[in-house]
Amino acid sequence: MPLTLQFVPFSDIEPLGSARRVKKLIDIVKENKIVLLEGRLKKEEEADLIQIAMEEINNKFKGIELAVIEGKHKQESFVSNIRSGVLNMLLGDRQGFTIIGPASVIKEIKKDPNKIELFTKETRKSK
Amino acid sequence: MGLLDFLTNYFNALFRKKKNIKLGLYGPPNAGKSTLANKICKDWIGEEMSTVSNIAHETREIIIKEQISIKSKDGKKELMFNLVDTPGIATKIDYEDFIKAGLKSAQAKKRAKEATKGVVDAIKWLDEMDAVVVVLDSTQDPLTQVNITILGNLQARNIPVLVVGNKTDLKKADIKKIESAFPQYDIVGISAKYGGNIEHFYDALFKVVA
Repeated sequence: MPLTLQFVPFSDIEPLGSARRVKKLIDIVKENKIVLLEGRLKKEEEADLIQIAMEEINNKFKGIELAVIEGKHKQESFVSNIRSGVLNMLLGDRQGFTIIGPASVIKEIKKDPNKIELFTKETRKSK
Repeated sequence: MGLLDFLTNYFNALFRKKKNIKLGLYGPPNAGKSTLANKICKDWIGEEMSTVSNIAHETREIIIKEQISIKSKDGKKELMFNLVDTPGIATKIDYEDFIKAGLKSAQAKKRAKEATKGVVDAIKWLDEMDAVVVVLDSTQDPLTQVNITILGNLQARNIPVLVVGNKTDLKKADIKKIESAFPQYDIVGISAKYGGNIEHFYDALFKVVA
């Protein structure tokens, strides 16, 4: 079965409250799809995402793999940090990406500043 | 005494007088939170508080040891708190992993169910904490999303944090890796199992909590 990567633009979750944002993302992951979310959730929403994932665990759904890719470089100037802080306050944190995948499919997500590696679970060969 | 000193002492005294300060131990599974909890309890009240195991998610419910009192090296300062040992926070739990670790199927399923509830409880309890020691396994990559999410949530809640790199007795331990991953925090390398550098940990605890 091919892996499905579903892109979720930030505008899709922007009008939603925290609980509905998290539910929307979990619902996609429970369909065995990998979510590629533009931007990132709030810190509290990340914790909520883990909490909801735990509550949803059953024989089929084993939880999630999660990685947030920061969109800004650490050594940005003071002015650009202020600018992005104000934009984040007004528009939400659209910088970077968040990857959320079902743990039954994604074994591990490794990231460094230049690349993201998704290690999938070995699929059993059919005889 | 200057005004600043007066205010500092006043607020310090106010905080110290707060009853039931909760000091939480947070971190990923198998980082050594319960081993550290036991070390603290053995050092100061002479008894252990949690069971430890090599299989992940041994602690699956919140465990509280009340009224632990520790003293500074010179004996002048005292810190009293309720120690809260929490289940390790994970994003996934698969009972088959417990079977691979040697448990029988029914035991593994029960453990997985309890572990998921434990993670939920640990996250819910974040709001109750007055200060937190984040315990990381210094032999593992510290830049996991779980660690980043725990620290980010503590920061968002303005909860004072001390980061501990545990298992420094092991060859693979790399405290520098934790320091470079989280440069904004004071990192203390310890071996909770053997008590290595534990005095430094208590000193750091006074700075964070007192």
